[in-house]
Amino acid sequence: MLKPEEPATTGADLLVKALIDEEVEVVFGYPGGAVLPIYDSLFKQNRLRHILVRHEQAAVHAAEGYARSTGKVGVVLVTSGPGATNAVTGLTDALMDSIPIVCLTGQVPTHLIGNDAFQEADTTGITRPCTKHNYLVKAVGDLARSVHEAFYVARSGRPGPVVIDLPKDVLMNKHEYVAPPKVAVTHKSYRPQTQPDPKKIEQAVEMIANAKRPVFYAGGGIINAGPKASKLLTQLVHLTGYPVTNTLMGLGSFPASDKQFLGMLGMHGTYEANLAMHGCDVMINIGARFDDRITGNLTKFSPGSKKIHVDIDPSSINKNVHVDLAIVGDAGIVLEELLKVWKAKQPKVDQKALKAWWAEIETWRARNCLAYKPNKQVIKPQYALERLYHHIKDKDHYITTEVGQHQMWAAQFLKFEQPNRWMTSGGLGTMGYGFPAALGVQIAHPEALVIDVAGEASILMNIQELSTAAQYRLPVKIFVLNNHYMGMVRQWQELLHGGRYSESYSESLPDFVKVADAFGAKGLRCDDPAKLDDTIKEMIELKHPVIVDVIVDEKENCFPMIPSGAAHNEMLLGPDDKQSAKVSEEGMVLV
Amino acid sequence: MSKDSAIVAHTISVLVANEPGILARVVGLFSGRGYNIESLTVAETNAKESQSRITIVTKGTPMIIEQIKAQLDRLVPVYRVRDLTVEGPHIERELALVKVKGVGEKRVEALRLADVFRAKVIDAKSDSFVFEVTGNTDKVQTFIGLMEGLGLVDVVRTGIVAMSRGGEAL
Repeated sequence: MLKPEEPATTGADLLVKALIDEEVEVVFGYPGGAVLPIYDSLFKQNRLRHILVRHEQAAVHAAEGYARSTGKVGVVLVTSGPGATNAVTGLTDALMDSIPIVCLTGQVPTHLIGNDAFQEADTTGITRPCTKHNYLVKAVGDLARSVHEAFYVARSGRPGPVVIDLPKDVLMNKHEYVAPPKVAVTHKSYRPQTQPDPKKIEQAVEMIANAKRPVFYAGGGIINAGPKASKLLTQLVHLTGYPVTNTLMGLGSFPASDKQFLGMLGMHGTYEANLAMHGCDVMINIGARFDDRITGNLTKFSPGSKKIHVDIDPSSINKNVHVDLAIVGDAGIVLEELLKVWKAKQPKVDQKALKAWWAEIETWRARNCLAYKPNKQVIKPQYALERLYHHIKDKDHYITTEVGQHQMWAAQFLKFEQPNRWMTSGGLGTMGYGFPAALGVQIAHPEALVIDVAGEASILMNIQELSTAAQYRLPVKIFVLNNHYMGMVRQWQELLHGGRYSESYSESLPDFVKVADAFGAKGLRCDDPAKLDDTIKEMIELKHPVIVDVIVDEKENCFPMIPSGAAHNEMLLGPDDKQSAKVSEEGMVLV
Repeated sequence: MSKDSAIVAHTISVLVANEPGILARVVGLFSGRGYNIESLTVAETNAKESQSRITIVTKGTPMIIEQIKAQLDRLVPVYRVRDLTVEGPHIERELALVKVKGVGEKRVEALRLADVFRAKVIDAKSDSFVFEVTGNTDKVQTFIGLMEGLGLVDVVRTGIVAMSRGGEAL
């Protein structure tokens, strides 16, 4: 019998209570020895839903999908040792793409730490470079506070993954509960800057207003700043009349059907977006980080422009590209301030110059850079995505992708009208991301149509999650563009390595229809362009997890393309654009 | 070499929470991102607040130095990052223990030079001395150089600690 003054709650129960207080609804996880007390606490309550994945990497990707599609923090629970090491890829992915994740890892009891105990790994050591922050909780008295702090760190500033390592004895010891702070947390050393410097807002408005050839370049920071930031961006773009392009991570922050939208920029971005970036005189970067996929050759990147960079992370500023005006702050707040000042000042934009700029952009747009050669015999991957989009556009839908050619085609051919609808592994480029991410999205949006656009190679990297999909009856659709190659690898081998397709052929592929069947999902196959529409319709109508094996043209390459080491104005527009395809030695080294 | 690509040494002070793993975070950041560490010192400076102060001397182009500071400042347990090199005059000191073995004229010469450098004898045997020398890196380096010809057998250095001049705290 416990005496009344004795704290009656175990660390594991405290943890569950803390998660509930942090408004967590779903935890993606996989049990094991070190986390058994937590699983026991989960068993005794019904506020938190646990989704059992089949591999810890998938737990993190599912949490990422959940987080990215809802704006909430995704929560992961894995055991010590292999549980934690398997989560590392997901954590790195979340770090690169600024996704808020709290990952709870089990740990051996404190007295065994450092003894090479069974399923021991130095989790805080291993995850230090792939998390925004991590904690090793050594005393049960620190547990609840660490959890609240972890959620604050994960979702504030530039979001990212946070690991809490929980030794088993800490989970079993007892202590009283510490509720999350009622007012906004003020951390003693961590104070992200969200409010921009008003003087810089004034300067920015002046620079924007005086531009002759402006372009907005908007990235994932806008998505992270919440749906309101996307609305504000759209307002500002409309108010100025300027063109706007999105990064891969920023798709959906501006409606794709809007005539001021130039499409995605970067390595496989549109001709008009990249040439606008190259030829602009004022570039307004909001929430993007001048990634190497965006800039191409840095020395030739947008040579004549003044650059404004809005970012919540001061370390993103002047990292790759020197900018003329840096504004540190939350993208949403900065946009709000910019709009306020713009509306107050009513600046006169040089309409004549803007008209000439748009006329130039329209000539680039007229090149129709995404055009491909239609074919009646084989399904072109681009065609497959066009048809897919046709059938889903009026439905409440979410798209995830794996990594490779199919990902770039999805970014080019699917149109995103709203934020939080597009989940893709941008920074890390993780094959195997899309399917578990789709499961996380489906958990958050049970009624929505969730589609993972995949390649036949990527999907095999987390195919075991079909079992998770079946268990929770998650009707996720896997749309495999099966070209029997690791397509992007093959494309680079063709362009850079003399067509020596070393190990990029997808040998011994399984029969995806039978795979689906074996896991209790539905499998469909289509290799005829004439039957594609019917297959897609059938896929959408099925209330099951579905794999659609779309057999596509094996040799199709993804264009347009900025070859590595080249500049934005040195794009390859298609397979016939060979003479400029010479890649420099310097470019060969780049990935 | 243009101004932007010239490599310069900077002395950076970092005030951090004295918690497990903090040094690993700082050092990991440098190795992970390919920055140089010329010198690094760390010790608790405020026990009540559990704060430590790290002094790092690093080299890089102005763009890299700016990155280093931003990356350090981004670490959750970091309170403040100050670049002493750009923020006005500052003083730098390091301490070295220098062990010299020898007899006769060399031993006398070592002692004489130690006096010139205001190095203290902190251990003596009939055939050896351990000197404690304090000063800026140049002075310490010069002293060690001189001892090389006089029976130098061992050296240990603290690395640089630094502070701004005047009445302002970090």
